[in-house]
Amino acid sequence: MEILEDKPGKKILLLGNEAITRGALEAGVDIATTYPGTPSSEIADTFSLIARSFTKQKKDPGFYFEYSTNEKVALEVAAAGSFSGLRVLTCMKHVGLNVASDTFMTYLYIGCKGGHVIVSADDPSCHSSQNEQDNRFYALFGSAPMLEPSTPDEAREMTRQGFEISEELKLPLLLRTTTRLNHARGPIKLKKMKKPHGRGHFEKDPMLVTVPAVARAQHPILLKKMEQAEKISEKSPFNKLISIGKPNEWGIITSGVSFNYVKEVAEDLNLNVRILKLGMTHPLPKKMCKNFLSSCKNIIVVEELEPILEDQLKNMAFDLGCTVKIFGKRTGHFSRLYEYNPDIVGEVFSKIFKVKKPYSIPKKSDISLPSRPPALCPGCPHRATYYAVKMAKPRGVIYPTDIGCYTLGKAPPYEVADLLLCMGSNAGTACGLSVATDQKIISFMGDSTFFHSGIPPIIDAVHHNHDVVITVLDNRTTAMTGHQPNPGTEFDGMGRPAKGIRVEDVVKGCGVKHVEVVDPNNIKETTAAFKRALDFKGPSVVVSKSPCILLENRDKRKAGEKIPVYTIDQDKCKNCKLCISRFSCPAFYYGEDDLIFIDEQQCNGCGNCATVCPFDAIHPKKEAKK
Amino acid sequence: MKDKINIVLTGVGGQGVITAANILGKAAVKADVNVFVSEVHGMAQRGGSVNCTVRLGKVSGPLVPSGTADVIVSTEPTEALRYIHYANSQTQIITDIVPVIPFTVSVGMEKYPDVDKVFKELENYGKLFKIDAVQLAKDAGALITKNIVMLGALAGTDILPFKKEILLDTILSNVPAKYRDMNKKAFENGYNVTKKK
Repeated sequence: MEILEDKPGKKILLLGNEAITRGALEAGVDIATTYPGTPSSEIADTFSLIARSFTKQKKDPGFYFEYSTNEKVALEVAAAGSFSGLRVLTCMKHVGLNVASDTFMTYLYIGCKGGHVIVSADDPSCHSSQNEQDNRFYALFGSAPMLEPSTPDEAREMTRQGFEISEELKLPLLLRTTTRLNHARGPIKLKKMKKPHGRGHFEKDPMLVTVPAVARAQHPILLKKMEQAEKISEKSPFNKLISIGKPNEWGIITSGVSFNYVKEVAEDLNLNVRILKLGMTHPLPKKMCKNFLSSCKNIIVVEELEPILEDQLKNMAFDLGCTVKIFGKRTGHFSRLYEYNPDIVGEVFSKIFKVKKPYSIPKKSDISLPSRPPALCPGCPHRATYYAVKMAKPRGVIYPTDIGCYTLGKAPPYEVADLLLCMGSNAGTACGLSVATDQKIISFMGDSTFFHSGIPPIIDAVHHNHDVVITVLDNRTTAMTGHQPNPGTEFDGMGRPAKGIRVEDVVKGCGVKHVEVVDPNNIKETTAAFKRALDFKGPSVVVSKSPCILLENRDKRKAGEKIPVYTIDQDKCKNCKLCISRFSCPAFYYGEDDLIFIDEQQCNGCGNCATVCPFDAIHPKKEAKK
Repeated sequence: MKDKINIVLTGVGGQGVITAANILGKAAVKADVNVFVSEVHGMAQRGGSVNCTVRLGKVSGPLVPSGTADVIVSTEPTEALRYIHYANSQTQIITDIVPVIPFTVSVGMEKYPDVDKVFKELENYGKLFKIDAVQLAKDAGALITKNIVMLGALAGTDILPFKKEILLDTILSNVPAKYRDMNKKAFENGYNVTKKK
C-alpha cells in the first residue's frame, strides 16, 4: 500500500482525508475512532482498509481502529487511550461533534495526556449534510487549540504536528477541515513514519474525576493552557505572511481553503497585497495579528461561513485603537452562506479594489437540461418497504424519517419523509407527534442510526406508552457513507469477527411488546405487518431486514453466483404503468411506442417488480448477468 | 507551455469520471508536475451528475474559475453543457456522443434535449471534438474502458505538460495485468481521435 511506504521525501497523490490518515501514521497513532459521515468518512475508511489488510495476513497493524456506536462513544474510547498515554485520533463530520459535545466540553477541562487530534469535517454548502454549522465555534466554545489546513499536504503535516501541540498543551486539538479539503487530491511529501507505543498505562489521578470542586479547579488551568497555546500560535509555522506584487497598505487575512482562492485571485488581478495566512486559528497569534492590523490601512477578511476571524480581529483593532478599515461579512461584502470559490472571491475583490472581474462567466445556454437527482438504487430493499407501507393504505399518517439512503423516500411516488432533524430524531419526534396530535405515525430509521441514537427514544415510547409505529430499515450496513460495519454486523472495522447485535433483541429488551421482523422483499407479508402495527395501541416496532442490494450482489459476484435480470413480456403487459408510477424503480424506462422496458445494465435482480406487476408480465430473463 | 492548465471532467456516476481524474492526478505526480484534483462524493451516487476538476502547474487549489477551462472532457453530451460555464472560446470540448437518459426522463417527468442541438450549442462555446467513446471502448474490449478512451482523447490534444506515455503507464499500473492490453487499446483509440494528423 502506497500510503504505508516509509520513504521520506517521496511524493504521492492523496485525497485530503487520506493525507490526514497518513499524518496520523507518521505521528505513530495508537488508536483511531470514528462514526462515519461525509465528508469525513475516508479518514477512517483508510485506517480500516489498512487494518483489514493486516488482519487478513494475520498481522498486527500497530494501531487499534474502530467504527464506534456514535461520535460521543468514539471520542470517549479515544480519550481513554489518551489518558493511558497513547496517541489517539477521532474523526467525524461536523454534526457528529454535536453528538460528542458533552464529552468534548468537559474533556478540555481535564485535558489529555497522549496527543489527541479530533478531526471535524465541516460541509459548507451542505453537499451531504442537514446544516452547514461552523465548527470553529467549538474551539472557541470549549477552549481547544485549532488548526485549519488549506491543502492535502498541509492536512498531513498539521495532523502530524497536531499530536505534538496536543501533548505540549495537554489538550485535545481540533483539526477543522471542510469538504473542499477532505475531497481534494494533491501531492503529499511523505515524512518518516513513527512507531506506535503499543500498550498504555492508566495512572490514577483524582483530578480526572470532574466533581464540582475538580471542575472549579480545572477551569483556570484550562485558561492558563490557552495562554500557553497563544505563544505556540505566535511561533507556529502554520501562521505566515505572503506578499503578492509590491505590498502596500492593503492586507488580507484568511484561513483554510479560502486561502487558495485568495492567492489565485490576487495573482490573477495583479494586486499588490500582503496576505496573513492563518493555519493555527485558535487561539489566534494576537501579537502577529496586531502587528499586521497596525501596518495596514485596509484589511479584507476571507473566511467561509461565520465571521469568526473577522470579529476577533475587530476586537483587536479596538484594543489597539487603530482605525484600519476591515472588509468582510459585517460590511456585507462576503456571505455567511455556502462555500466560496475563485469566482466569488474574484467578484468581491473586483468590487473592493474597483477593478474588472478576473473571470468572465459565459452566457447561460437556453437548452434546458434534465436533472439527475439521487434515487434509491434499483433493487434497494427500502423501496420494497416503502411500497408495502403504502399498500397498507394508512390514512393521514405522518412519516418522521432519519439520516441515511432511505431519506430519499422523500421523493414521489413514496413521499414517506415528513420530518427530519438529525440522527435518531425519527423516533423522538414520533413520540412527540403522538402526544401532540391524533394523527397516526410511522417513523423510519436505518440499522446504524438505530444503534447511534435511535434506542433512547424507543425507551421513551415504551415508558410513556406512545402510540407510534417505529420502523428499523435493517440493511445490515451503514450504506450511504460507504458500507461501513455497525454494531449489527458480524465483523468490525479491523475485519475481525464481531458480535452482531440484533435490532429486534434490543427492542424487545427495551420492553416493546409488538415487534415484527419482516423481509421487505416479501411485500405481501410486509404490508400485513404494517397493518398489524398500525392497529396495535402503543409502541410497535417493525424491523424490515434485507441486506443492501449493492453488498448482496457484490458477495454474489465474489461467490461466482449469477445475478438475475428481469424482463417484461410485452404480450402480457397491459401498460398500466404501475411499475413506473407506483414502484418507481429507475431501471424501468419508456421505449418505442410508449412500451415499458427494463434496462438490463441497471437491473439488480431483486425481482420485486414481478410481485408488484398485476398482470404477471415481469419474469427473470433466461440468461443472467455476471 | 502555459503555467496553469485547467481540466474539467464531467459525466454520470458510474462512468469512471472520478477514477479518470485520480489517474490524471497520479500521472502528474509521476511527471513531477504540481497538481490538485477536486471530486464529488456522498449523495452524488450512481446515475447522478459528476464533476471533477484537475489543475496542473502553478495552481494553489483544486477549484477551476469560470471561463478558464483549457479542456472539458465529458462522458455524456448534456453533462458537457451542464458545466459549460467553465469554457471560453479557446476551450477544447471533448464529449462522448452517447446520451445517458436519467430516470426523470425515462419515467416521463422531464425531457432529454435533441442531442444534435446540444452539439451545436457546444460548438458555440468552444472547439468541439465528438467521440464515439462507447464504440471505441467496445472495440478495445469492454465498455468499462470508456473513461480510458476519454483520457486517451485528452492526451491527443497536446494540452498535458507531460508525455502521453506517463499517463498511459499510470493507467496500466492501476489495472490488473490481464486488463492491460484492453486499456492500452482503449487509450490509443481515444488518442487517435483528437491527435492532429
